[in-house]
Amino acid sequence: MRLPTPRGRVLPWLFLAPLLAFVALFWITPVGLTVYLSLTNITFKNLVYFIRGDFSKISLTLQNLANVFLGKDPFILGVTEITVLYVCSVLAINAFYSLILSIAIAFFVKNEALSTFLRITWLLPRITPSVVYGLMWLWLMTPGTGPLYQLFSLLGIHPLSWLLCRPYSQLLMIMINGYVGVSFGMIIYTAAIKSIPKDLINAARVDGASDFYIARKIIFPLLKWPMLFVISWQTLSLIASYEYILIVWGGGAPGTESVGVAWSAGVMVFPLYAWFQAFALGNYAYGAAISLPIVIMGIGLLMFYFKVFGFQRLMQPTRIEV
Amino acid sequence: MDRSTLYTRARRRALLEKLLKAVVVIVVAVIPAIPIWLMYAGLVAQAFSSRVTLGIIPVGFTIRNWRFLWSEITMGLTKYPSIWPMLLNSLYLALGTALIVSLIAGLAGYALSRMEFRGRTPMMQFILALHAFPSVVLLIALFVLLNKLGLYGKGFITLTGVMIIEAALQIPMGAWIMKGFFDSIPWDVEWAALVDGCSRFTAWRKVILPLVLPGFAAVALFAFLAGWAEFILVFTFISNQRWYPLSVYIYNLIGEFKYVDWGMLAAASLFYAIPTIVFFALSQKLLLRIYVGGLKGVA
Repeated sequence: MRLPTPRGRVLPWLFLAPLLAFVALFWITPVGLTVYLSLTNITFKNLVYFIRGDFSKISLTLQNLANVFLGKDPFILGVTEITVLYVCSVLAINAFYSLILSIAIAFFVKNEALSTFLRITWLLPRITPSVVYGLMWLWLMTPGTGPLYQLFSLLGIHPLSWLLCRPYSQLLMIMINGYVGVSFGMIIYTAAIKSIPKDLINAARVDGASDFYIARKIIFPLLKWPMLFVISWQTLSLIASYEYILIVWGGGAPGTESVGVAWSAGVMVFPLYAWFQAFALGNYAYGAAISLPIVIMGIGLLMFYFKVFGFQRLMQPTRIEV
Repeated sequence: MDRSTLYTRARRRALLEKLLKAVVVIVVAVIPAIPIWLMYAGLVAQAFSSRVTLGIIPVGFTIRNWRFLWSEITMGLTKYPSIWPMLLNSLYLALGTALIVSLIAGLAGYALSRMEFRGRTPMMQFILALHAFPSVVLLIALFVLLNKLGLYGKGFITLTGVMIIEAALQIPMGAWIMKGFFDSIPWDVEWAALVDGCSRFTAWRKVILPLVLPGFAAVALFAFLAGWAEFILVFTFISNQRWYPLSVYIYNLIGEFKYVDWGMLAAASLFYAIPTIVFFALSQKLLLRIYVGGLKGVA
């Protein structure tokens, strides 16, 4: 029940006004600006004219869009392939591996202290500031002295550099992001597993079901909805994520062409390519054009999710339907 | 078959199952966690020891790795600025973000939870969509916008601009969380205040606000940690070294000192990560509750 108030029509919008102002300026405007930029020839050379409002040096062109959408840019295809590999592999870890992990930690481990300890361990990568997390991987993989490098050497795998040689570099890219991403699924699934009524599991136990059987026949089917939620959410964020790749393979400051390492290591994903074009090369218009497919996919996926799942279900990500 | 054989068989089966479960846990949750433990053990070991053998076994205690706290670091001819101004920049960025987000999210969350108005459901859908949308793709447009607003390349003003953008990106999620906290307060409490003659605003300030303080704390904490850990925005938008926050400072140190002085890098990273670790340890349950409510990004 909500109170009808005398100024009922205006008051809610007064409360919402600051939020709407921020959203208009920093969400809606940038989406429009991305579309506009991708249709221009703005680079670091003529950005200053755009800022002054002098449009004589700025022309509209379809060249950027042709480069991206028609593949006129020779690098686009390779970048797309790497992005597909990246999104699919990390998604598999984040949505499926995390499911097995959650069942192991939250259901198989009966000791509460051990269970909590493992859960916190797996949460650490997400909580750690990205720069520190990136540094730790660099250190683990230092050729010669890095602990993981030594460990793999013992197993007979010793590439010159994990960071630079494919497919090891790509494997590393997947691992670095997977270790962070897996905890998202873990949190959602663990909450879901804990909310399964105990009677259900006990009833199965009384009937002689083993824990494996319960996991397969009761927990898995009940986690269908949380799983869909994790997959949808993670797809959306993975297509746009490149922070850890930038930190580990980037190096150097904007304005230098230092993202070169990411090229040779085969870890240049789509959004990182946009970043590279805009901030390393100064091609702002082209960078915006490369971001455009991701913006469109993002909005498209969101609309699709709302249509398929319905709003009510999206509001309750961990609901269990028994 | 007599009962004792049945019993032994059942026991054997139970034992086998226990063993199998242990194997699954070890293979799935323990062995893959080794790199995580190695990382953190290594970070702490490196930070306090003069030499580290076999990756993580420290030899000799030293505080020389922490010299960045009291002296200038030099690398060849390059002098690195002191870490303290960077700490202030980081604090400014994180505290400012927390303040803006909690204020605006508090107002919006209240309206969404408590008021009836046309367009309420579409509004909630919109905010949820914003929360799920990967805002980092808008980086280039935000850069141009920052330029257009005259906020780029101006030191402190740019840092403030970045703070406002950071806050703007966190607001939808904050509003969503605040709505949840407002929802959990019984309507009767507010009703009583209104019956006693409070205006909607007074009721919000005097009655509801004290009850949702934990919500504000959670949203502020979350925004603080986001601002503290922010990397891409500051790395891309702040060009003046004087106004770098810690994340960019440490990133640059990594660029110069990796393979050369892991000890100092580890110490500086630990110094930077301490607030995050402390806050998380203190409010683990609260943060988890928010994470479950939905968290953006793989990052």
